[in-house]
Amino acid sequence: MSDLSLPLTRAGFATVPAPPAGRDAVRAVRDAHSSAPRRAGSVRFEGIGKTYRSAAGEVRALGGIDIDIPEGSIFGIIGRSGAGKSSLLRLVNRLEEPTEGRVLVDGQDIAAFDANALVAFRRRVGMVFQHFNLLSAKTVWENVALPLKVAGAPRVELHRRVAEVLALVGLEGKEASYPSRLSGGQKQRVGIARALVSGPEVLLCDEATSALDPETTLQILRLLKDINHRLRLTVILITHEMSVIREICDRVLVLDRGEVAETGSVWQVFGNPRHAATQALLEPLVRSLPDDLAVRLSAEPAGRAEALIELRYAGVAEPDLADLGRRFPDGLRLLDASLDRIDGHSQGRLLVAARLGGGSLDIEASPDTQAKVLGYV
Amino acid sequence: MSDAMIARIQQALIDTLSMVGISAGIALLAGIPLALFLVLSAPGGIVAAPLLHRVLSAIVNGFRATPFIVLLVALLPLTRLLTGTTIGVWAAIVPLSISATPFFARIAEVSLREVDAGLIEAAQAMGCRRRHIIRHVLLPEALPGLVGGFTVTLVTMIGASAMAGAVGAGGLGDLAIRYGYQRFDTTLMLVVIVILVALVSIVQFAGDLAVRRLRAR
Repeated sequence: MSDLSLPLTRAGFATVPAPPAGRDAVRAVRDAHSSAPRRAGSVRFEGIGKTYRSAAGEVRALGGIDIDIPEGSIFGIIGRSGAGKSSLLRLVNRLEEPTEGRVLVDGQDIAAFDANALVAFRRRVGMVFQHFNLLSAKTVWENVALPLKVAGAPRVELHRRVAEVLALVGLEGKEASYPSRLSGGQKQRVGIARALVSGPEVLLCDEATSALDPETTLQILRLLKDINHRLRLTVILITHEMSVIREICDRVLVLDRGEVAETGSVWQVFGNPRHAATQALLEPLVRSLPDDLAVRLSAEPAGRAEALIELRYAGVAEPDLADLGRRFPDGLRLLDASLDRIDGHSQGRLLVAARLGGGSLDIEASPDTQAKVLGYV
Repeated sequence: MSDAMIARIQQALIDTLSMVGISAGIALLAGIPLALFLVLSAPGGIVAAPLLHRVLSAIVNGFRATPFIVLLVALLPLTRLLTGTTIGVWAAIVPLSISATPFFARIAEVSLREVDAGLIEAAQAMGCRRRHIIRHVLLPEALPGLVGGFTVTLVTMIGASAMAGAVGAGGLGDLAIRYGYQRFDTTLMLVVIVILVALVSIVQFAGDLAVRRLRAR
């Protein structure tokens, strides 16, 4: 798999001197050439609003969204169900149209495309779905080959590309299988291969791991990260799970009721969640007090009780264990810990039981670190 | 049973098979496009044309509501226009196919509509045009349902062809009525019934087998 990165780059696909097989192929080749020195794969939302109108009345799904997604990044959009993340994602390949504002891909207003240009444009944007959306009547190979087939790609080129992407996602030997014979993880690999086969600049992932078990989720997320790194394409993913964002995203947008609640780099938003929606989404990641401690916890120190101290880390500071030991020379025990390292930043919590010399807590609070006595056990 | 009677049964079987076969072919060729159009033009479809959809849907319902024996007579002017005659096998094929087409189209429409909207969306997202979606998504994905629906249509047509005697087209049903019922030839009646049951069983078995094979993928 290691020497596959070169032929799989976009340039490698675009410069194939293929004899065009039809109108679509001419268009595909022309499109690939005409825009040679462009920023490839940047997406920009400008003043986006979306209102659904139906007999039951108007529903405002999105409003006031201004976001720049740099090319080559992995951008996560998170929100509860109904927050509008799916609508936002589907604006990028015009499966939906905004009612206000515009979407720019590589600086081009995508609303300007006519039917033919839209078809050509969609071949530059791959999409992966929660429920895979594979064609049950076609084999793995036929599913992956379909985008090139309808684009009129020459036979030799088509076979080469399909073999490449199937190798990239680790599905060699499954070409003749039908999707119903595959596991969830394998199905999603087919979905990813199909999305990549046209050599897109942007990969849209619509809850790509939500139907998978935790272990498979991790494998698929790593595959996406690997693809982002090798093919240097922009990945935009939506999810309702913070763990997905934490695993692979560079930047995150928290969507709440169709509006931007927070956006920034993942470690910033995670470390210092300011919006209630972000805090609520982070809740499952923040472990609450273990049951046995909660039962024994009392508000006042009694007898030989130890203080239960919560140390929160969010930023560049790394927990300095030797320093903690010096501060509590009379006794310090680690009871519970959950600490992640995201992009070089510590994020998480330590729960320690400490015997306080003289009954005072003298840990300095910094923007990165917060200490709090929860009670006594 | 006399040789003449055996010859009559043979001729009737040939008449039934040709009437049903040719009409079924026409119903298949006309019914699939009609079903596709009903699905695609429906509100929210990829060629949404709600008004045309409603008109077409009403016409289909009109034909479906008319009893075949009435249709057979009502369509006589059209039959004469198309075939130059109002009696015989060809005169029965016109109303048979016109009756079977909306019947099959409605069944096919259901199968086509049941194709997961996510698949159509995925096809659009990968740059498929409408014709690609029809050819690579709608038809192949609905194929088991289409085959099953066509089987039902064939069986119904075998039944309907019994009325072809009204325009002198012959066939097994006509034979059973004229000789079995009107001339009290119980043996002939039983033979015809056995043949019809066998015919329907073969069609149903073949259809079910095909559907099972398609679904096993």
